Amino acid sequence: MKTIFKSIFLFVITTTLMISCGGPTDKKSNKGAISGNAAERVYVAPGEWDSHYAFLSGGFSGQLAVYGLPSGRLFKVIPVFSQDPEKAYGYSEETKPMLMTSFGFVPWGDSHHPDISQTKGSVDGRWIFINENNTPRIARIGLEYFETEEIIEIPNSAGNHPSSFVTENTEYIVAGTRFAVPFPQRDMAIDEMKGNFKGAMTFIKVDPETGGMDIKFQLMMPGFNYDLSHPGRAASHGWFFFTTYNTEEAHTLQEVNASQNDKDYIAAINWKKIEEYVNNGGGKMMPAKYAHNVWDHDTHTATHTMKKEVLIVDPKDVPGAIFFMPTAKSPHGCDVDPTGEYIIGNGKLAAAMTVHSFSKMIKAIEDEAFDGDAYGIPILKFDAINYGVLDQPGLGPLHTEFDTRGNAYTTFFISSEVVKWNVKDLKIIDRQPVFYSVGHLMIPGGNSRTPDDKYLLAMNKITKDRYLPTGPEVCQSGQLFDISGDKMELLLDFPLIGEPHYAAGIAQELVAPNSKKIYSLEKNKHPRAVKSEGEVRVERDGNNVHIYMSMIRSHFSPDNIEGVQVGDKVHFHITNLEQDFDVPHGFAMIGANTSEMLIMPGATETTLWYPKEVGIWPFYCTDFCSALHQEMQGYIRVSPKGSDVPISYTLDGDKPGEEEL
Amino acid sequence: MKLKFLSVLALGAVMMSCGGEKKNENSSVKTTKKKEVKEEVKKDEVKTETSLKIDLSAPMLDNKGIGPIKNLKLEAINDDLVAKGKEVYRVNCTACHKLKKRYIGPALGGVTKIRSPEWIMNMIMNPEEMIAKDPIGKALIAEYNAPMANQNISEEDARAILEFLRTKN
Repeated sequence: MKTIFKSIFLFVITTTLMISCGGPTDKKSNKGAISGNAAERVYVAPGEWDSHYAFLSGGFSGQLAVYGLPSGRLFKVIPVFSQDPEKAYGYSEETKPMLMTSFGFVPWGDSHHPDISQTKGSVDGRWIFINENNTPRIARIGLEYFETEEIIEIPNSAGNHPSSFVTENTEYIVAGTRFAVPFPQRDMAIDEMKGNFKGAMTFIKVDPETGGMDIKFQLMMPGFNYDLSHPGRAASHGWFFFTTYNTEEAHTLQEVNASQNDKDYIAAINWKKIEEYVNNGGGKMMPAKYAHNVWDHDTHTATHTMKKEVLIVDPKDVPGAIFFMPTAKSPHGCDVDPTGEYIIGNGKLAAAMTVHSFSKMIKAIEDEAFDGDAYGIPILKFDAINYGVLDQPGLGPLHTEFDTRGNAYTTFFISSEVVKWNVKDLKIIDRQPVFYSVGHLMIPGGNSRTPDDKYLLAMNKITKDRYLPTGPEVCQSGQLFDISGDKMELLLDFPLIGEPHYAAGIAQELVAPNSKKIYSLEKNKHPRAVKSEGEVRVERDGNNVHIYMSMIRSHFSPDNIEGVQVGDKVHFHITNLEQDFDVPHGFAMIGANTSEMLIMPGATETTLWYPKEVGIWPFYCTDFCSALHQEMQGYIRVSPKGSDVPISYTLDGDKPGEEEL
Repeated sequence: MKLKFLSVLALGAVMMSCGGEKKNENSSVKTTKKKEVKEEVKKDEVKTETSLKIDLSAPMLDNKGIGPIKNLKLEAINDDLVAKGKEVYRVNCTACHKLKKRYIGPALGGVTKIRSPEWIMNMIMNPEEMIAKDPIGKALIAEYNAPMANQNISEEDARAILEFLRTKN
């Protein structure tokens, strides 16, 4: 009897445990195809490294997030298009120029489609490019420092959405325009849009050594809306493909009016042919106004310049270089498989997915199998270029990526699923639900000849009940699948920052070994750097007071400053003298109308402070740098305007660095 | 008895399937770690007490320290090396050291009289291990509180700093 009682007791405990670790039973249906050992397959033990980096755009956050796969751990948010008070990006004097545009200083951006640089059709881990949708710009982030190194504005563009995709040797970064707009911009009636607007496709040349970007030419396409794009590769290298929508050229209630035509187009552009035309003097230099901002890792400073002209190419002048491929209804993603043969239009309002054949396209061009033209650009006959259609795959296809085994993986926003299908056979192999409403998906190396196809990351727009609620605003999510088998297996579900519109992934071995640990103090060419405490000083120049300060564990030098007056403009130029990995120091000044600074070893940064009241005002280090971090602090005496208190600065009672060596 | 055994088995299986076992593992790891830490602290305390008895101003030239430099024979002072060492010292050391006065760390004028050349270079190049294990290093951290920063000085540059310090006796 006693034994039985004990057994019942244990049974009750067992049941309780089962309930407590399974969560609410009514949510079980939302688990998807979780296999028993999923946790093991995403578990990266403490101190161990993930196998892949995943770079996810932040959408309306304007930034780029760095995650590890398969763990889904967030390592860093790289500020790109938006100010970041944590790192003083867009707040420090050195970084402010990065956010300058033809519209002046723009503190925010909408980051969309990260794409990693490639060599011979494979991702090489040198740079990552990302577009800003609202104030059209493309940024380049260096993967040695994981910092934004360059931002170029795109003139004559509006809604920089079909961007920033990389050709297979990083010859070009390509940017399109979502909105057609007048070219050049002018005051005209909106309802006269049809036939009078243009869509600029911008080809940005990339320097193979430095990654430096420069607009080579802009192709002025008809005034449709352009949604996404992808480069050709292997066989189709030298071509670029853009999806169009609103070929109706509607200017209002596009939700209805831009969805009238049964087919829109994929624009096929032979950029090699246009490049040749341009290299031979083709195109017309036209006035333009766009910003080019470049970060220098030696001076720790960005420079902002305004460019004044851009080379414009009229499609009419390069016959045989541009064609329209009819594609089912309002295609969103435009994806090219690793062989370069299949071009897939994800017709978001269509019942079928369109698969075009590159070799058929070339033949159709040779045979002049045209079905009329649009604004002088030949429209290829659908049957002459179409490889086939994937019937009834799901509702609302958006994006497709590929594996190396001939399969495609497409997201369906409306039916909230990822569908795996064979491109050649046009047969569906597997479908898995995602939670919920997936936008983009990413396979590391997906936009290349050589996808690294173990994992697939689905990025979901809606999470609703997936996590603990956090008020009306809840996060978006990533769902990681193992795609190495026939069936896709859901492994992990993790929250994301902002709204990722695309991601790029790469094996860690191609990036981690190149990651820098410090900035060399020796190479620091910041004009206001102090390379040792002997160089620290405070100088008055009219109302401007320049404080050249150093920091090392755990003191500022100088840390007592007098002679500052109300009404001064105080410039703190602070150098971190550390030369050890992972020892940044922070700087915060009470009453400063700017952000803190987080200064990396060997770097120099500048922030401004306008003292408004007399008194003794403190500053301190914001980053827990050592056991004596709390002691890393100092005082500035602020005297009334016109006071005769002289400028003085000390540390431990002495003027720093006055000792003769 | 048999029933009880089965029940225990079932409970075990459930715990494993929902991470119960892991939790246990984690907590036991934590306990062990805590113990280890405590022991370390104790050891340190004991040794620190002994270390504190060290007269830091007294010569201890037999101690070569812990690090890459095992044996170093000094020759006549090389002026070029002194000049180079002075520059490396100015950039990397003056934030915490003065020659004639205690600062964040000890005054370094005369240091080559009381420390072996190997010890000095090891302290420059391997400060974390030196303050953790070397008796003088441990006495120094007890006295000065702030651990010496590792400035990633190359052996060549550390040698130059030593040459410069030889001229500051």
